[in-house]
Amino acid sequence: MSEDIPKTHPRKSATFDDYTLSEIRRAAATGIYDIRGGGAKRSVPGLDDLLFLGASLSRYPLEGYREYCGTDIVLGSRFATNPLKLKIPITIAGMSFGSLSAQAKEALGRGASIAGTSTTTGDGGMTKEEREQSEILIYQYLPSRYGMNPDDLRKADAIEIVVGQGAKPGGGGMLLGQKISDRVAEMRNLPKGIDQRSACRHPDWTGPDDLEIKIHELREISDWKKPIFIKIGGARPYYDTALSVKAGADVIVIDGMQGGTAATQEVFIENVGQPTLACIRPAVKALQELGMHRKVQLIVSGGIRNGADVAKAIALGADAVSIGTAALVALGDNNPELEDEYKKLGTTAGAFDDWHEGLDPAGISTQDPDLSKRLDPVTAGRKLSNYLKVMTMELQTIARACGKSHVLNLEPEDLVALTVEAAAIAQVPLCGTDWIPGKKNEILLS
Amino acid sequence: MAILNLKKIGVSGVNSALHKIVENSEKDFEIRNPQGQHSIACGINAPLNVEIKGHVGFYCGGMNKYAKILIHGHAGVGVGENMMSGYIHVKGDTSESAGATAHGGFLVIEGNASSRCGISMKGVDIVVGGSVGHMSGFMAQSGNLVICGDAKDALGDSIYEANIFVRGEVSELGADCIEKEVRPEHSAKISKLLKSSGINANPTDFRRYGSARQLYNFDVDNFESY
Repeated sequence: MSEDIPKTHPRKSATFDDYTLSEIRRAAATGIYDIRGGGAKRSVPGLDDLLFLGASLSRYPLEGYREYCGTDIVLGSRFATNPLKLKIPITIAGMSFGSLSAQAKEALGRGASIAGTSTTTGDGGMTKEEREQSEILIYQYLPSRYGMNPDDLRKADAIEIVVGQGAKPGGGGMLLGQKISDRVAEMRNLPKGIDQRSACRHPDWTGPDDLEIKIHELREISDWKKPIFIKIGGARPYYDTALSVKAGADVIVIDGMQGGTAATQEVFIENVGQPTLACIRPAVKALQELGMHRKVQLIVSGGIRNGADVAKAIALGADAVSIGTAALVALGDNNPELEDEYKKLGTTAGAFDDWHEGLDPAGISTQDPDLSKRLDPVTAGRKLSNYLKVMTMELQTIARACGKSHVLNLEPEDLVALTVEAAAIAQVPLCGTDWIPGKKNEILLS
Repeated sequence: MAILNLKKIGVSGVNSALHKIVENSEKDFEIRNPQGQHSIACGINAPLNVEIKGHVGFYCGGMNKYAKILIHGHAGVGVGENMMSGYIHVKGDTSESAGATAHGGFLVIEGNASSRCGISMKGVDIVVGGSVGHMSGFMAQSGNLVICGDAKDALGDSIYEANIFVRGEVSELGADCIEKEVRPEHSAKISKLLKSSGINANPTDFRRYGSARQLYNFDVDNFESY
């Protein structure tokens, strides 16, 4: 064959792409599914697919930096005698001591407190550091009940019953042996070094009728003072929200598939649950139909990154958002300054997700004493508070541009969608039209 | 002894009285007309003596610390759930998840317990005078579960370091749960717990079950157990 004949360019399969091939080889070599931290990495319809209209002749804007635009919220006003009063509608999601270092937990508490918001414990119980540094601390009540005790429950400002999370709705927790240090083992009543599994269901209740009784017990133990949150993964948001209201929740946290986890199977993260955008409207619809919108507060989480995301979630009907992954990045997770060390771990800054292995060079998702010491809780806490304040100012910028004197006045009518999919999911018009898929058929060109 | 009439003051009235304990206040309480209500005597944080004259619903004595609670009747789901210390004694039978996740203390059930007795227990000692239902001792981490009757399917599934002692028949053991040697220290423990419970049984009649520790760390060769 002549060398002059042009050759076709080598063509890789779209189905068997490089990542897929590497995963097949890895599975064949190890015999274990891929476990990682973080949330869904696949591209899904999201808040980026929405735009605010802003103001013009038909709406009056508010003056930036001058005219008041409130950001304060109250969480838990339905039944609790001591609802939470936050300065900003951005909270810190539950992340456990065990998956995170004590320094990271302290930094989260410091940052949240400076910014006037709450932080949340996680599987494994409450640490002294996070209680001391968190002005408002929510105590997670998880299926495993690791570290669960009534003393810490009384010290908490609210209780969050975790039914599920966005990264793995229907799945339990996992903390591999590398991260079961002496302190973690003691808090969880487990032998050091074993793979610790957390149950996927609560041990003493099943279903919403039982949950109602469980909530009653927690209210009795806490003398009806503390708000009760229910956290659900983005599985069936309409029904799960309605059932949470029925069970007696003060606050509902709904977590979409972009929401992070400390560790679970890649196949779970990428293939189970719904995107955050898809969770909001069904949840709000359920609240509205029950007459509970803005009475039972809705917190949305899963891939929230900036003030625009916060504004869009609120405009769609949320009362607040919660951040986890973004907060860790603010502390220093996946920082390119650590690129050499990420390379040694076989990854790169921005892609590091082996949080379960305990080798985090940033000192965040580790129990190694030397690595943990790298994170200064004071400096990291300050970074988090800066980030929270920037997000809040971004949120106010958008709210003022839409003529709102309080961020909770944002509404779906302030939004349009860039894609038909987003218009259908968010139930706002496709930009340039008044067409909301599923609602109207006529197209009105602007 | 202070009398708390639940029919008159409700569950919150009863619990409120039990939570407002200060130095030199009354330590002995009798709860009358419990009417099978839920969450009775939960969250006690003081060395009280509480007698409940009748049946109770879910979560009686939940998260108990220090108190001695005697239930003259049957108990619903989750009696003594997550108790930290103290003593709860049920004269009758109990529903599911008795002593679930309890970290300490002593739970005695004179009758039968339903399924998931001692699920995820984390240090509590439990004595059941009768039999237990399926999945009892599931993911039990530490403590002792003494069953004077029989145990149904999947006993001790995924058990960690707890001990389960059974006098009667075991329908089936759960994953990673095996029969183990009863050493003198175990016999002594059974004997002590039986004596404390007031339940009459011969300590030498019991067999011991615990973790095979084969599932503590992931191994692909355990594929069929996952």
